[in-house]
Amino acid sequence: MSIDILMPALSPTMEEGTLAKWHVKVGDTVKAGDVIAEIETDKATMEVEAVDEGVIEAILVDAGTENVKVNALIAKLAGEGDSPAPPSKAEAPKAAEAPKPAAPAQGGGETAAPAKPAPVAPVAADGSRVFASPLARRLASAAGLDLKSVKGSGPHGRVVKSDVEAAKSGGAPAAKAAPSAAPAAAAPAAAAPRQVQSLEQMGIPAGSYDLIPLDGMRKTIARRMTESFRDVPHFPLQIDLEIDALLAARAKINSLLEKQGVKVSVNDIVIKAAAVALKQVPEANASYTPEGLAMHHHADIAVAVAIEGGLITPIIRKAETKGLAQISAEMKDLAQRAKDKKLKPEEFQGGTFSISNLGMFGIKSFASIINEPQGAIMSVGAGEQRPVVKNGEIKIATVMTVTLTCDHRVVDGSVGAKFLAAFKPLIEEPLTLIV
Amino acid sequence: MNMSTEFDVVVIGAGPGGYVAAIRASQLGLKTAIVERENLGGICLNWGCIPTKALLKSGEIYEQLSHLGSYGLSVEKPSFDFTKIIDRSRGVAKQMSSGIAFLMKKHKIEVIEGEAKLEKGNPSPKLVIALKAGGSRTVQAKNVILASGARAREIPAIGAVSDGDKIWTYRDALAPKTMPKSLVVIGSGAIGIEFASFYRALGAEVTVVEAIDRIMPVEDAEVSKAAQKAFEKRGIAFRIGAKVSKVEKTKTGVSVTVDVGGKIEQLAADVCIVAVGIAPNTEGLDAIGLNMDRGHVVTGKHGETNVAGLYAIGDAAGPPWLAHKASHEGIHAAEHIAGYKTPNVNSPIPGCTYANPQVASVGYTEAGAKAAGIEVKAGRFPFRVNGKAVAAGEIEGFVKTVFDAKTGALIGAHMIGHEVTEMIQGFVTAITLEATEEDLHGIVYAHPTMSEAMHEAALDAYGRVLHI
Repeated sequence: MSIDILMPALSPTMEEGTLAKWHVKVGDTVKAGDVIAEIETDKATMEVEAVDEGVIEAILVDAGTENVKVNALIAKLAGEGDSPAPPSKAEAPKAAEAPKPAAPAQGGGETAAPAKPAPVAPVAADGSRVFASPLARRLASAAGLDLKSVKGSGPHGRVVKSDVEAAKSGGAPAAKAAPSAAPAAAAPAAAAPRQVQSLEQMGIPAGSYDLIPLDGMRKTIARRMTESFRDVPHFPLQIDLEIDALLAARAKINSLLEKQGVKVSVNDIVIKAAAVALKQVPEANASYTPEGLAMHHHADIAVAVAIEGGLITPIIRKAETKGLAQISAEMKDLAQRAKDKKLKPEEFQGGTFSISNLGMFGIKSFASIINEPQGAIMSVGAGEQRPVVKNGEIKIATVMTVTLTCDHRVVDGSVGAKFLAAFKPLIEEPLTLIV
Repeated sequence: MNMSTEFDVVVIGAGPGGYVAAIRASQLGLKTAIVERENLGGICLNWGCIPTKALLKSGEIYEQLSHLGSYGLSVEKPSFDFTKIIDRSRGVAKQMSSGIAFLMKKHKIEVIEGEAKLEKGNPSPKLVIALKAGGSRTVQAKNVILASGARAREIPAIGAVSDGDKIWTYRDALAPKTMPKSLVVIGSGAIGIEFASFYRALGAEVTVVEAIDRIMPVEDAEVSKAAQKAFEKRGIAFRIGAKVSKVEKTKTGVSVTVDVGGKIEQLAADVCIVAVGIAPNTEGLDAIGLNMDRGHVVTGKHGETNVAGLYAIGDAAGPPWLAHKASHEGIHAAEHIAGYKTPNVNSPIPGCTYANPQVASVGYTEAGAKAAGIEVKAGRFPFRVNGKAVAAGEIEGFVKTVFDAKTGALIGAHMIGHEVTEMIQGFVTAITLEATEEDLHGIVYAHPTMSEAMHEAALDAYGRVLHI
């Protein structure tokens, strides 16, 4: 008997995802635990492991298929003793938005074509639907052409057959696969559509650059950052912190606990301090919603981690309750798995406050973009020796500048300042963190 | 002689190309005039599309009377008054033409009655108009749209020239004094077939001569074959692959000499209708240095010519010689003059023949598509199994679809049967909107309609026909 392999849910809320890659092909023998495919959601790529032993009998969803519904049949595994049936695509589940493909022939002249999902209505860079004739859509799909990059010459900019043909041959009216200069972010319908110009129209000829296709993570970053920067009324608050005591404390901790494998970073202390400060100033640990201000019970600190092709923000949950050693250990694990793209969605979705640290790159100060729906994000600069004036005398101290970007809808200037005022002594006198 | 320069556009010819161009130009705010030497509405309204439809309706009803028994009806001794049939047709033409006069007035388009001649001018050719009322008028406009149309082609070398008595063109055939008892129709295009159908319906002996090896040569071969069968059933005789070598008047009528594969035959009849195509009204245009191709003006996408400020549309600008093609081009030219950006709507041009049965088509024939190197999927559905057709007693004919097998795009449709000229528009819309087989399979057709055969023909091309 063959065993159905279904589209897994990577998180309780996941409804659909992209089947990014198959690691097996029809006829391959797999055993439980073997990685057979990769599933991509808007932020993460997850491996799908075989649960049973057997031979891959059929692969029903092509690699690269988007919008595959959770629990859709994606492959069949012939269990022990089965002779694998010839591969078939006839039962391929459709991509979520795809129109129903033509039913197989009821006899007659039709040769049953593989039920390939029909191309779906694409969305333009400004979030509006790309209008295209059915034939243009089909021709673009066959040519592997992104309709978004084709300039429509039909009524109301509708993409018609001749536009796709011109784009295929690199002709005039269409910018062949030319990326638009506008941010590829989906704007809310209410927002005025932006005039999207192709690079060619802006004087950068095709062929003078390489084009890296947008993956799920890039699209998500583009969309979320554009929405946040445009829609959230944000402002920065900056403060200088002296960290000589912090550096000394860190060195002491690390030397004392070296044998236990503890190696605390400055950032780990910043996480802990921010969590404690949020506990002290709960107004800063909040989210704006149309229904009201959500005051979070815990400081779930999202920490930006740069990974290949973008960044991700794994979360230290209830950071205010955790000790430095635990935060440090969790952070190491999360960062490593983030780099391997093996985070589970619940590990990077749903923080209440973010920290982004570019200190290791020597950046003095910067203001991050709010990670919605969080009320604030803290940008941490490099610790460096600077002259400071104390009691009318110039002294040298190691100073670190942090910038808090606040969502003014929920974190007013005074609230942000209050938070930074609470944060400052925790960093400058790290002993207070113990209390 | 007075000189006037106040027009943005002057249109020459008030046929379906010219008057529509004038209305569109006026809509776009251009000061417009139109020159017409005969009747507003041109050939279409006065001597073509419209009056023939009036005649054909009379013929169709009369023919229907002979089948009344099958509907459980009867009339006593059906008869007709030929003069009244012709009068009705002329009345319809007159009504439509006066409608155009109203439209010109409504859109504040000045109608200049007279015959225009083009001379070199700036910024567009100058019009010297011999006014109907006498005298002449010179008009120098910013733009000129030439919509001078065409007339019946005649072949003097074989005597195929109208004498207004025994040898007719469409014009004579529309308003004869008496009903001919027998006719020879030379040419089996839309015009020839419509007159053959009309006169046969009223009881005349009709023979149609066609030089090509099948009738209605522009139609799909299957439609040609079915049409010939349907017309033969009604008593029309055909000579196909037949070359006319001579048309002569005799004491009693005409004698048409035809050569069918080397066999010479004399066809005798009361009258002969010459329906061998059209000749464009473009004489004398070389004087202004206009580029011409076999009598037609060479034009660009918007009807523009090589002469500054001069546009040409409709029959004068080349085939297909159809009123709706002329109107379409007229709109484009007017919009181009006004600087209006016409959307890129790539509509195919349908063709209709209003004989009994009717023939309608659009796009590629199956053979034409194959000749163009397109891999084809074709589907067919006969009306004899369509519920509405059976109920109406109109089971003759079928619908045929032609798809591009590679892309699934509908690229042609062909129909023969009752009122199919009203159905073809569905496929014209589908092709224009670039529908694929999935669209046509998914579209819902009202039941019961003869249009359901369109659905079935689209399904049949993909082996999915339901009711056969």
